[in-house]
Amino acid sequence: MIAGRLLARGMIAGCLAAALAFVFARFFGEPQVALAIAFETARHAAHGAAPEHEMISRSVQASYGLATATLLYGAGFGGLFALVFSFAYGRLSFCSPRVLALLLAVAGFLTVVLVPDLKYPPNPPAVGNPATLGLRTETYFVMIALSISVAAIACLIGQKVSQMRDEWSGWLCGAAVFVLLIALVQAGLPNVNEVPDGFPAVVLWRFREAAIGMQVVLWGSMGLIFGALATPVLMARARS
Amino acid sequence: MMHPSSSRARAIAVPAPVAIPLNALLPWAAFGLLLCVLMLYFVGAEQGAVSLISGHEVHEFVHDGRHLLGFPCH
Repeated sequence: MIAGRLLARGMIAGCLAAALAFVFARFFGEPQVALAIAFETARHAAHGAAPEHEMISRSVQASYGLATATLLYGAGFGGLFALVFSFAYGRLSFCSPRVLALLLAVAGFLTVVLVPDLKYPPNPPAVGNPATLGLRTETYFVMIALSISVAAIACLIGQKVSQMRDEWSGWLCGAAVFVLLIALVQAGLPNVNEVPDGFPAVVLWRFREAAIGMQVVLWGSMGLIFGALATPVLMARARS
Repeated sequence: MMHPSSSRARAIAVPAPVAIPLNALLPWAAFGLLLCVLMLYFVGAEQGAVSLISGHEVHEFVHDGRHLLGFPCH
């Protein structure tokens, strides 16, 4: 039952963290999305094309839509996070629940968000050719899958080295293996360069800052909240 | 000064972490993995590169989130 309780608490922690990330994205991300859409509209008008039909209004997309997407994302990764935590606790790590949750949140952010985003950064509307969407989606998910696999390999090697030598060498070897394999993977995957001519560089930069900032808020608060929620569950179990 | 063996010191002592047995973890891992991947799929890819439900409503509704969370959108 304990794994189930941790899973539920992970999803709750993910939802709470997503609420904070939503507030961040609302203030820092949405203005950049609006600027990118203004660029797109101006470009369509310059080509004499009719403005894009809006099925769902922009204000709904920027409020309920963004909130729903962020909550689903938070709950999804919160659940996966809790499963990895349940496996690692007392097995790969003997840290307290709070410390382990924070460490795993940092690792999750690096592996699932930052490393894939270095190769395929988040793009605002108007950036990206719809014709290549299939390929871009595929390479993006392949990048995430490879990043997770490389992290698992680095973790196993680090674990072995720290058993044979000491913990410091273990962390160093694990990190070196991770950096080396990620560099190879990123050099091997196809490049995507689809920023349209004249797209304001500052909007692109601010959008990407906001997108990554939103993830820092999400993963950081998820780690802290999950640590606090998991502690009573694990302590009650240890006492009984 | 507090004596190390006083009841207060014992009450706050943190027990050593005990791993959750794999056979207790496995069913929850299967269930959680399925549920969570499905949720992430709807945020990240439905009615984009892949489509289970026809139309564009899901895509349009999660549009801003999909962009800001880093998924390729269109």
